[in-house]
Amino acid sequence: MTAVESGGTAGPAPVVKRARSPLLERFLDERLAVAAGLFLLLVVVVAVLAPVLAPTDPSEQDLVNSFQSPSSAHWLGTDELGRDLFSRFLYGARTSLLAALEAVAIALLIGLPLGLLAGYLGGLVDTVLSRVNDAVMSAPALVLAIAVVAVLGPGLTNAMLAIGIVFAPSLFRIVRGATLQVRAETYIEASRAIGCTPVRIMTRHVLRNIVPPVIAQVTILLGVSMLAEASLSFLGLGVRPPEASWGSMLREAFDQIYSVQYLVWAPGIAIGLTVLAFSQLGDGIRSALSAGRRRS
Amino acid sequence: MRILARFLVAVPLLFVVVSFGVFALVGLAPGDPAVELAGQDATAEDVGRVRAELGLDRPLLERYVSWLGDAVTGDLGTSLARRQDVTELVVSRIPPTVSLALFALVLAMLASAVLGTLAALRQGSMLDRGVALFSAAGIALPQFWVGLLLVIVFALNLGWLPATGYVPFSESPGEWFSHLVLPAIALAWLPAAELTRHVRSATAEVLERDYVLTARAKGLLTPQIVLKHTVRNAGIPVVTVLGTRIAQLLGGTVVIETVFGIRGLGSLTVDSVLARDMPVILGVVAFATAVVLVINFLVDLSYGVIDPRAARA
Repeated sequence: MTAVESGGTAGPAPVVKRARSPLLERFLDERLAVAAGLFLLLVVVVAVLAPVLAPTDPSEQDLVNSFQSPSSAHWLGTDELGRDLFSRFLYGARTSLLAALEAVAIALLIGLPLGLLAGYLGGLVDTVLSRVNDAVMSAPALVLAIAVVAVLGPGLTNAMLAIGIVFAPSLFRIVRGATLQVRAETYIEASRAIGCTPVRIMTRHVLRNIVPPVIAQVTILLGVSMLAEASLSFLGLGVRPPEASWGSMLREAFDQIYSVQYLVWAPGIAIGLTVLAFSQLGDGIRSALSAGRRRS
Repeated sequence: MRILARFLVAVPLLFVVVSFGVFALVGLAPGDPAVELAGQDATAEDVGRVRAELGLDRPLLERYVSWLGDAVTGDLGTSLARRQDVTELVVSRIPPTVSLALFALVLAMLASAVLGTLAALRQGSMLDRGVALFSAAGIALPQFWVGLLLVIVFALNLGWLPATGYVPFSESPGEWFSHLVLPAIALAWLPAAELTRHVRSATAEVLERDYVLTARAKGLLTPQIVLKHTVRNAGIPVVTVLGTRIAQLLGGTVVIETVFGIRGLGSLTVDSVLARDMPVILGVVAFATAVVLVINFLVDLSYGVIDPRAARA
């Protein structure tokens, strides 16, 4: 039995390897997506190195120097409490990025196993899961996320949990669709014939072969989650002060909008560019995938 | 007939699934609303009394069934924080939100119809590329940030339009309009960007069809072709997308109402969340879900109007 099983796992592995490198080549043809990827790499580096790059502590107050316009000492100026906005901006990158990762991880944790089950088992399981999925998708995402935050209480972790739950259905759909396709392949039939258990087929064979479309969707969701984090933090339901995220910095800018206006620019542009980069990267991966399918 | 059956079965079923989900979440939430309401000096008896008053001593499913029974007859309970009837509260907040959402929807449809059609007619031109850039930016920029920029430019610096507030249409149509222009543009930004993409691709596809070639051969001018052929045929995919965006538009009002100080359903939601006022949250979510479900259903119906073949299928 063990011998048969290990034979089953060795089967599809080389298929994945052979499929991967032309995919990478096609992806590299998508110039915009590559540029987006490089930009995101920069954002990640900034986020990781924030403690090294930041000139001051992001929460350090200097009330004498409040509301300073951008200068050589304070690249982005200071806020009402005299905090250095450039430092807050760098740390904000960290919070926003981590928040997006957290939300997408939760969406994956929910959407991936359920999508696999629905797609592989079909029948009643699929019908029930798909109906519930449709129901969640029909409710306004932001309102639903706010309702979840209402129940769990405000705070970044809870906000990202809420966003993860709300975005899980979109992953469920992708995983279920891809699983349906893979399920019809001969190697799945073969695994079944040699006696692999459904759990083993799902985790060892189906999962490996649905990775590319899932990666494309995850990339796009990272951008969407970052936008959602910004919205919730802007409403005061996400990041708690004094911690900074790009969304909460925009809230602080909004509260001061009648006295100073330069606070609005950096976080908003940063969110826009990063979200744009995530969606271009996701589109690039997706079109590299569909180009591959057309050719084969 | 099949459509009617769907309306009578699927829509209520979906409503029950969503509302029960939110209800169960609220029921399982940490913290006891009875303890919070009874106040700090409350004895265990006081808390017990409040709990019985709120009906919290009954099992979750029983509470849900009675909530649903009341909700169907239009009774959404009483607000914990405001001691006010939730249905009344929700109804009083509908006009600003509906005005804002409809205004934004009209703007988004107009902008996307014009931009998408022009881009499809001149594929690969500077105009086409500009429109593509606009769509990409519209999808990536936070709506509330666009709102903030509009406030800075048009309200604070130029002083052309008011920055906050809402005036009922019945009071002053002019004021109603001027207060809604900026928030509606901010809210329309995202759906306009997305719809433009869909209009462009749907129109581009229709323009390659044989009947468009025939129309050209007959000597029809481009505007006639666009009006007679592409609008109707490109309509279906666009209306589908539009339907799925209604929910998003309602969600968007939450942030936009906060930016522009409009007291509508969105700001009611945020206030209730910060006050942990569960009956109001339940009421708003239930109301929003019902509206979205009905709109989705109407979108399905509209296929038949745009394309009679779809009705027969």
